[in-house]
Amino acid sequence: MNIIEIKDLVKIYDTSEIKVTAVDHIDLTFEKGEFSAVVGPSGSGKTTFLNLLGGLDRPTAGQVIIDGVDLWSLRPRQITDFRLRNIGFVFQSYNLLPVLTALENVEFIMHLQGWPKAEREKRARELLEAVGLGDRLHSRPGKLSGGQQQRVAVARALASKPKFILADEPTANLDSHATENPLDIMEKLNREEGITFIFSTHDARVVKKARRVITLEDGKVISDDNK
Amino acid sequence: MLIAVSWRNIWRSKTRSLVVITAITLGIMAGVFSTAFMKGMMDKRIETAIRTELSNIQIHDSLYRKTSELRYYMQGGDLLARKIDTMSHVAGVTRRIIVQSMVSSAETGAGVKIMGIHPDDEKQVTDIAEKIVEGKYFEGIKRNPIVIGQKLAGKLNVRVRSKVVITLQDLDNNLTAGAFRVAGIYKTSNTVYDESNVFVRYEDLARLTDMPAGACHEIAIRVDNDQYTVPVQQSVKKIAPGLEVLNWKQISPEMSYVTAVMNQYMYIFIMIILLALLFGIINTMLMVILERHKEIGMLLAIGMSRARIFSMIIIETVLLSLTGGLTGIILGTLLSKYFEVHYIDLSMFGKGLEQLGYSSLVNTCIEPEMVVSVTIMVIFTGIIAAIYPAWKAIRYDPAEALRIE
Repeated sequence: MNIIEIKDLVKIYDTSEIKVTAVDHIDLTFEKGEFSAVVGPSGSGKTTFLNLLGGLDRPTAGQVIIDGVDLWSLRPRQITDFRLRNIGFVFQSYNLLPVLTALENVEFIMHLQGWPKAEREKRARELLEAVGLGDRLHSRPGKLSGGQQQRVAVARALASKPKFILADEPTANLDSHATENPLDIMEKLNREEGITFIFSTHDARVVKKARRVITLEDGKVISDDNK
Repeated sequence: MLIAVSWRNIWRSKTRSLVVITAITLGIMAGVFSTAFMKGMMDKRIETAIRTELSNIQIHDSLYRKTSELRYYMQGGDLLARKIDTMSHVAGVTRRIIVQSMVSSAETGAGVKIMGIHPDDEKQVTDIAEKIVEGKYFEGIKRNPIVIGQKLAGKLNVRVRSKVVITLQDLDNNLTAGAFRVAGIYKTSNTVYDESNVFVRYEDLARLTDMPAGACHEIAIRVDNDQYTVPVQQSVKKIAPGLEVLNWKQISPEMSYVTAVMNQYMYIFIMIILLALLFGIINTMLMVILERHKEIGMLLAIGMSRARIFSMIIIETVLLSLTGGLTGIILGTLLSKYFEVHYIDLSMFGKGLEQLGYSSLVNTCIEPEMVVSVTIMVIFTGIIAAIYPAWKAIRYDPAEALRIE
């Protein structure tokens, strides 16, 4: 079952001096439960593609249809709310709130969704335990290693019960030892709970684990391989 | 949760926040204290004016105040005074004969207001008896004693027991004079008053002016609490038809006008302090959102609405302002409370202040209404200061913000 349909997606950055086509007429679909990697060299348009998919950047042309909703036909406020309720994000530099503990960071998104305090705390605990951080619930990000912070970020992305999770270079800031851990956790969640992950990466370890690898070059899809 | 996040965000950069909080604290503390100081000074001036110069209520013949002529006296003033004395909340009643005239010494003369008083009754209404600095209050001189102000004594170059001559026109417009001997010299905090008011005994002045028995120009009433001035005034009006019954605000409208203006000045003063602080807070919050550009981008990306981000910045700024504001209010209040019971001695400026009628010993006066108003003003300043930084924050593009390394 397709949860994302991308139709003739184009993104052109038009400065006064130069026009750059970051995403060039991409047509793709993603099914529920995918564990896919978008790869390509720097400047190939991976991040832009994920931003368009996640409703963070407006395309120049084309459509992103998520679960039957044409994302870019919504008003800006509706897009923000759509992201909150349907899309999970994991960022390269974790981007946790430094003033909140691991537990509060995971709770925060549920607070934005309007969950009652007791329920969100329970779910946040469960998720942190699921990513192996049951003993670091009350640690602030500054007291956690990079790998642990990324695991909190994964728990946060899962907390909102999204339709899919977009992870932009999630292992780029992690050393090889730390990389395996969050990646294994994401793979496990995908395998056991059917959570859809779409990565942008040029990390071979991520590519190795991905079941579908989409290669971009100059904004175009040059290969789309299912393993 | 938004409040918790905002509060913790304040303490992310402790030094910067403490600098801003200290600036707000000092500004508000100075504002609160200055306001309490000015209020205390004004209250003291009013209290002095009532206690020494005006009393709470005065009764005159309806034409007396317009003309100051001797012939507009009140017949049967003694009976009226006795009736008033029995009213509740009346602390004292006194009758006066008042003549605008000349007092002369061997060296020089001066125009003065001569008040013929009943010394014991007067003690219940005004506090001239307590202001005697030389001699005694109508004691020690048997015949025609006079009590004069220190400033006038200096001007006439007279001392206790010196002789002065009062020259006046009696009721029949005949020029007459009486020799008086200085029994006491008083000093109030108002040198202009001291220079232009002298007190003699009622019967001495009545004899000199040929006033009928029991007549007087003025009945002055002291009320035990100023809040009862108007009710007592209404009751007096009922038993004194045809007479002019005025309270101190009506007798001296400039006094109540100055109070109202001073209150406005106090708020303008606080507003100027807050205006200066406002720009400091705006600057700090602009730095804050610039530093958190990426974090705000992340919040937008995960689906935090712009309205919520706006609120978060507003809450953070208000909390920052309130932390400094409340500390300033508490310190300012404590300082003001201390000086409510301990005088601030301004005697080095005493001469100038006394010419304006102000005492050089000032107690502060802090009012709960003022504390509440300042708190509201601080919150309001926080909100105003937050608007521009918050507006800038919600203009961030999440995709662009997340690209920042």
